[in-house]
Formats: sequence, C-alpha cells, structure tokens
Amino acid sequence: MAIHVLAIVVAIVTLAPFAFTISASFKTLSEVLDWPPTFIPSRLSLDNYRAVWTVSPLFPKWLLNSALASTITVTTNLFLCSLAGYAFARLRFPGRDAMFMATLGTLMIPGQITLIPRYIIVHRLGLVDSLAGLVLPDVARVLGVFLMVQFMKAIPKELEEAAKIDGCSRFGTYRHVILPLCKPVMAALAIFTFQGTWNDFTWPLVVLNSPGNFTLALGLNYLRGQYYTFWHLVLTGSLFNILPMLVVFLLFQRYFVQGMSMSGLKG
Amino acid sequence: MNPLPGTQSNAQPGSAWSRAAARLRKEKVSEAITGYLFVAPFLLTIGTFVFLAAVYALYLSFHKYDLFTPPEFVGLANYRRLLADRDLRIALRNVVIYAAGVVPIQTAVALFLAVLANQRLKLRGFFRSAYYVPCITSSVASSIIFMWLYYKQGIINYILSLLRLPSDTDWLGNPSTALPAIMTLVIWTTSAYFMVVFLAALQDIPVSVCEASRIDGASTWQTFRHVTLPLLRPSIFLVVVLGTIGCMQVFDQVYIMTRGGPLKSTMSIVYLVYTEAFGDLKFGYGAAMAFALFAVIFVLTLIQRRLLDIRIEY
Repeated sequence: MAIHVLAIVVAIVTLAPFAFTISASFKTLSEVLDWPPTFIPSRLSLDNYRAVWTVSPLFPKWLLNSALASTITVTTNLFLCSLAGYAFARLRFPGRDAMFMATLGTLMIPGQITLIPRYIIVHRLGLVDSLAGLVLPDVARVLGVFLMVQFMKAIPKELEEAAKIDGCSRFGTYRHVILPLCKPVMAALAIFTFQGTWNDFTWPLVVLNSPGNFTLALGLNYLRGQYYTFWHLVLTGSLFNILPMLVVFLLFQRYFVQGMSMSGLKG
Repeated sequence: MNPLPGTQSNAQPGSAWSRAAARLRKEKVSEAITGYLFVAPFLLTIGTFVFLAAVYALYLSFHKYDLFTPPEFVGLANYRRLLADRDLRIALRNVVIYAAGVVPIQTAVALFLAVLANQRLKLRGFFRSAYYVPCITSSVASSIIFMWLYYKQGIINYILSLLRLPSDTDWLGNPSTALPAIMTLVIWTTSAYFMVVFLAALQDIPVSVCEASRIDGASTWQTFRHVTLPLLRPSIFLVVVLGTIGCMQVFDQVYIMTRGGPLKSTMSIVYLVYTEAFGDLKFGYGAAMAFALFAVIFVLTLIQRRLLDIRIEY
C-alpha cells in the first residue's frame, strides 16, 4: 500500500508540469498569470488552440517543417543505415572491419566539435537557411548503423543462402529476406531518429535564419521572445511540440526501451 | 590469384574445377563491389559531416576565420587565448558546479525511479510511462514550461508559499538561483532517461540472488545495499560517465531560459562556443574552445574509469 502512495506521489511530480501546461492551454492570459494560481480553468474553450494558428501565421509552417524534416531523416536513416549495416554485418569486402571500426570511433566525437565545421560545409554548399541544409548532415547516423549491425549479425546464414539459391540478387536478399526480419530494430531506429530531429534545437538554431523556415522547436522559442507576455499561447504551442512525441511513445513504448538497451546511448 | 590454392594442381584449363574457381572469384569480386556500394552513401555522409568535419575543426582551431575572408594561420594563438579567457573560466566553473550538483542527484533519482518502477505495482505500465515522459519532451518545450513555473508569481513560488517558505524569488533572474533552477529542470528530464538503464540492469539480476539473501535474514534495505547495489555497479558507472559528459555539453536550456545570465551565472562552455562562433564569427577560436571541451570530457572519462575500476576490484 505504502509503495503505491509513493508511486503516485512520484508520478505527480513527473507529470505536474504537463498538467499545469494543459490547464493553462484553456485559460486566458490574465488567468494564466493569476496569483494565487488556479489549476482548474474557469472556462473550457479551445480559443488558445485556434489562436496559435492565427496569432503567428508561421505556426502551421513550423509544424510542417518539423514534420518534413523528421520524415526525411527517418526515411533516409532507415534506408541508408540498414543498407550499410547489411554490408558491414553480412558481406565480405576488403577494408570492411577497418571502416566499421573507424565509424564506431567517431561516436567519441561530441557534437560540439563538428557543429562549426558542419555549418561551414553547409554554408559552402549554399544550403544555409533551407530544409536541405537542415537535414543533410543527419541523413545517416553512426548509431543507426551500429544498431543494424548488432541486430543483423544474429540472423542465421542459411536464410540468405536459401535466397541466393532461389536466384535472389544481393539487393533482393537485403530487401526481401533481411529487412522483414529487422522490423524491431527498424522501429527503434525510426523512433530514435524521429525524436532526435523533432526535438533538436541546436542545429536548427545554427543553420536556419528566417522564421518562415523554422522548425517548431525553434519557432516556439521565437514565439516566446516575440510575444513575451503571451504565455497562454506559448504554452499551448509547446503542447503541439510534445503531443506527437507522446503519441509515438505511447504507441511504441517497448521500442524506446529496446533501442536504448541495444545501444546504451542516447540517439 | 586462385582462391582455392589446394585445387590448383589438378585443375586443367577448362576443367570443371577451374570454372568453379573462376565463378567463386567472380562472386567474391561482385560481393566486394556490392559491399562498397551499400556502405558508400552512409560513409559519404559520416565522412563529410563527422570525420572530415572533426579534422576541419582541428584545422580551424589553428586559424582565424570569419567565414568571409580566407582563414589566416595563427598557430597556437587561439589555444593561448583560451588560457586567458575570463568568460571561459567562468563558464568552466559554472559547468563544474552544475555537474557536481546534477550528476549525483540524477543518478540517485534515476536509481530510485528504477527501483520503484520495478516493484510489484498495480498499473506498473502506467507508472513506468509516467516516469519516462519528461525525457521525451523537447528541451524547448520543457524549458518554456519551467520558465513559466519559475516565474516570480508562478507555481513554484506558490507551492513554497503554501509551505510557508520564502516565496518571492525571481528564480531565473537571480544570479544565485538561476543555475540551480536549470539544474532542477535537467534532473527532472535526465533522471527519467537513466531510469531505463537501471531498470534494464535490475531486470538482469536473477530473482534467486535476492531471495537467497532474504532467506539468510537480510532486511529489504540490507539486500539492496549489499546485494543489488554492488551488482548495479557497471550501470552506475555508465550513468555517471554519460551524465557527466551530458553536463559538460549543456546548451539548449541555457540559451532558451537565461542566455547565460544573469551576470554570467549560467554561462556554459557550449553557450560560449556558440556565441564566439555564430555571434562574433570567430570560428577558429570557437573551434579551439570546442577542442578544449573535448579534452576535458576525455580526461574526465579516463579519471572516472580509473576511480570506478579501483572500487570494482575488491
């Protein structure tokens, strides 16, 4: 019994900030800033939800940009990392192990080291302040390949050999034999990549300049600076940033944990 | 040349053996070509944006570069400047205070959450999710929410007033409370993340080990202290190392909530790298600072490994 009380108290501490935010999303500005603060809103209107779309005309664009960037990085990471992972795990070619070790070695390099040169490279390519510049450095990640190799090494050789005898090409084997078996690791990678791009702040901050090109994370910060006192709208807007991630989490919980235990690292 | 050396002597030209050998050779070459083709897009990306980028950063750190005029070689001048940089010293001190506060607390809280989430609770799935949710929240959303909670007339002060504690602190506007305020937010998010590491480790401990200790008459606390905790040591090491590295790299919350202020009390190293490079266009100096940070992280990791290894031995 006592343990349940404790569990509930802890859940309140972890969830309270969200509960307050949700309650604020129904309040007027003056009610949000009221002292003493209230928890139950005096009205239950969706005005704020409507207002975020109209007060900042860029809001829908930010959502779209975030969705596009996330979709692109998830797709390219799934394809490129699984393809490379297949080669590293199942094919033999000179220099393979050296390449893979060098790849893993780059995991030691913190993102702050590469931030400045990444910006300069993207600048040289003329891609600053564009969706292409935003996603290009992230189309494939080392962690993704690492996860793929770990997982694919455990697949029995016989399956591939059977496919080969049936006249399957190597790409066909990858596509029709290996990939379907990799669903769990693909799901984990998809979620990691989605979370990484959807929640990222630093790289968008560096590479994007015009508010029209912002992602939602960047837009929210801009909205806060722009309309400093409009807390009811900023808080409502932040729910749009949290909700998609929350839905993905609730639907695919086990992959969050699986991905983490497979890698022992954050994506 | 022949992939099957043992077969060479009895292989006549045009014989079945040599045809088989040739086919095998051809297959090997085609396998290698396929391999290179499959890894090429990935290697091109990582090669450019991680490998080349890191080398380029090193090159930049010996140069003066503002993006518009060609890089000018300055030798070790950037690194020498680091030693005299007062802001860097402040940032380093802030980050050390920050890590010294965050790492032990987040490790303890994460362990506590994991043990709690591992109990035989009704609705265990719900509690686990509830504890994990802070860490799927983006740094921007959580920073904005906490800024509002920390408001002078905000909810944190209101709760303090209910407890009859001083309740008129401007948490983020006061140089003595701004850093602890950011630390609290970060602990709230990262504890949830590291909980999963501990939860996985707890589930790997065989039930029989704990049962044996209970049969020997140990209390719940004694079992935890003398059986569970030692078995968790590798995970604790992992969490402490990853936690420290994460603390060294704090940026988003600082940028969003305080911009390094008030009075530079929350200025972090990465925030400084950002302002030097992208604010003042001192890309070479920024790169040198990033390398100094890398060195600090590297040394810390080595020290931690050494310290924890010693304790693991007995």
